[in-house]
Amino acid sequence: MSHLSDKRIKELELIANTLRRHVIESVAHAGSGHQGGPLGMADVFAVLYFHTLNHDPKHPDWEDRDRLILSNGHTCPIRYAAMAEAGYFPVEELKTLRRLGTRLQGHPERIKLPGSETTSGPLGAGLAQAAGLAYAGKMDKKKWRVFCQTSDGEHEAGLHWEAMLFAGKNRLDNLVCIVDRNNIQIDGRTEDIMPLEPLRDKYEAFNWHVVECNGNDVEAVVAAFEATKSLFDKPICVLTHNIPGKGVSYMENNFLWHSQPFKPGEADAALAELDATRKQLKTELAKL
Amino acid sequence: MIRKEAKLVEPLLDPKIPQKPTRDGYGLGVVEAAEKNPNVLVVCADLTDSTRNADFKKKFPDRFVQVGVHEQFLAAGAAGLALGGKIPFITSYAMFCPGRAWEMVRTNIALNETNVKIIGSHAGVSVGPDGATHQAIEDIAIMRPIPGMVIIAPCDAVEAKKATLAIAEYEGACYVRFAREKSPVFTTEETPFEIGKAVTLRSGKDVAIIACGPLVYQALVAAEQMADEGLDVMVVNSHTIKPLDEKAVLHAAEACDAIVTVEEHQITGGLGGAVAEYLAKARPTVQEFVGVPNVFGESGEPNELLRQFGMDAPAIRQAVRKAYKRKTQR
Repeated sequence: MSHLSDKRIKELELIANTLRRHVIESVAHAGSGHQGGPLGMADVFAVLYFHTLNHDPKHPDWEDRDRLILSNGHTCPIRYAAMAEAGYFPVEELKTLRRLGTRLQGHPERIKLPGSETTSGPLGAGLAQAAGLAYAGKMDKKKWRVFCQTSDGEHEAGLHWEAMLFAGKNRLDNLVCIVDRNNIQIDGRTEDIMPLEPLRDKYEAFNWHVVECNGNDVEAVVAAFEATKSLFDKPICVLTHNIPGKGVSYMENNFLWHSQPFKPGEADAALAELDATRKQLKTELAKL
Repeated sequence: MIRKEAKLVEPLLDPKIPQKPTRDGYGLGVVEAAEKNPNVLVVCADLTDSTRNADFKKKFPDRFVQVGVHEQFLAAGAAGLALGGKIPFITSYAMFCPGRAWEMVRTNIALNETNVKIIGSHAGVSVGPDGATHQAIEDIAIMRPIPGMVIIAPCDAVEAKKATLAIAEYEGACYVRFAREKSPVFTTEETPFEIGKAVTLRSGKDVAIIACGPLVYQALVAAEQMADEGLDVMVVNSHTIKPLDEKAVLHAAEACDAIVTVEEHQITGGLGGAVAEYLAKARPTVQEFVGVPNVFGESGEPNELLRQFGMDAPAIRQAVRKAYKRKTQR
């Protein structure tokens, strides 16, 4: 499927495990925040920051970098975790999440945190900014690409569809919209709240390419992002099918874990499960 | 008396004074700004002609971005263009942007600190027959609480062009409101204009009118007429509502000890509110407010509507008399 060695894939799985650990620890330490989405997106973020994105953590304003716009800003614990591991800032800083004076705001702010690319939180606005950015890149014949991470729930916002029309009209093939298709939102399952299916058909009807993958399979995610490089003349949607809360069994597929405070013992149980997975991954890695 | 330094046209009260809509000044200004800076773009939401972008589109077709009836995208997409190094002028009717697009203006443009220029045409009741749905009389109020937002209401087409050029040079989010209807062109190329610096057009000692937008001319008419009543009325053009020129406001309050604010906007939250908030702290002063009295607009001819809602020269004179009376009775 992908050109990566089994060893490299296992290493990315290990990074995803580390990111999940950071999510649990930072949200538990903050006393509030979101867990379900970030855990489900951990594999995608490991691939983005450690494989796909052309970026330089020491020079977050590097002109030729790929831009990653996080539209569903509430899932920032996973982005912060990936940025810290990649070297944008010290890992210890993750403990300041949501605290007064922190660069790691409850929803990300561009001015406060170099490398966060934009300020986000109110849903449905990320693709619009990503499309504007991609349009500017095309005007200047730049090689960099714009990746926009979105949630499925935010596809209910009208602005997102305005941006889809604009990107389709202007054939922004330097724009990749990643959808965290995890089927949950705050009040329940997306198909109960406001059905989105057939989502792939909708993107295609708006003149987008669509690539689908299992977003919790690192090798499949790598292959999906590789496939985007040979798609032209239309913007590209990477529909990643994810399990919300992935990696922590009591959270998986439970919409209540979109966001809720940990009760005593819950964070420790999550970390213990992630540690067990980590040991297994390391054993498997040693054999490769 | 009219200050020579203001370099206004003469004779000022000529009934045949040339008239143009302030949006025409924008149209000229944005073309000139684009000639100076290749990063200047116009983003349009299906209103090319009426927002005066036709010349720009003709001269710079590659820098004209048509987004259709997508006012939320107009604001959010422009934030992205600005992140890509462009200086987008986003244009619609003020009712739709910033009106409909307010949260995107607040979060994606202002909090995100992007260099976007928001051009709101058809502001005020003088939009006329189109009626209340299209008459933006709340736009200043919704923009004022946004940190860092520059807000300008040019008084005529000449000042509108200067404001357009000035915001292109300024680094940061700006909102400029323009009018659809023709109004007297009474300033000249030599009239001073600087963002954040009010211009005293007429000196006086009894009451100071602080005004913005095309009604500045009505304020001047009222002030000239009141000499017959023995009242010496100062007129200050506070074209920039934010940041308010506090020094000029304080000077007016100290010189006259009574203020009348004039704007084609809801009294709530507009220029009058900004002046009152400042003076309440700095120098409590008698103040009367000329503006829309907490009602929606309606269809009618522009002049009929200004009379209907108490914003024409006779209404301004009435407010000046009231302010003067309150001051002398204190």
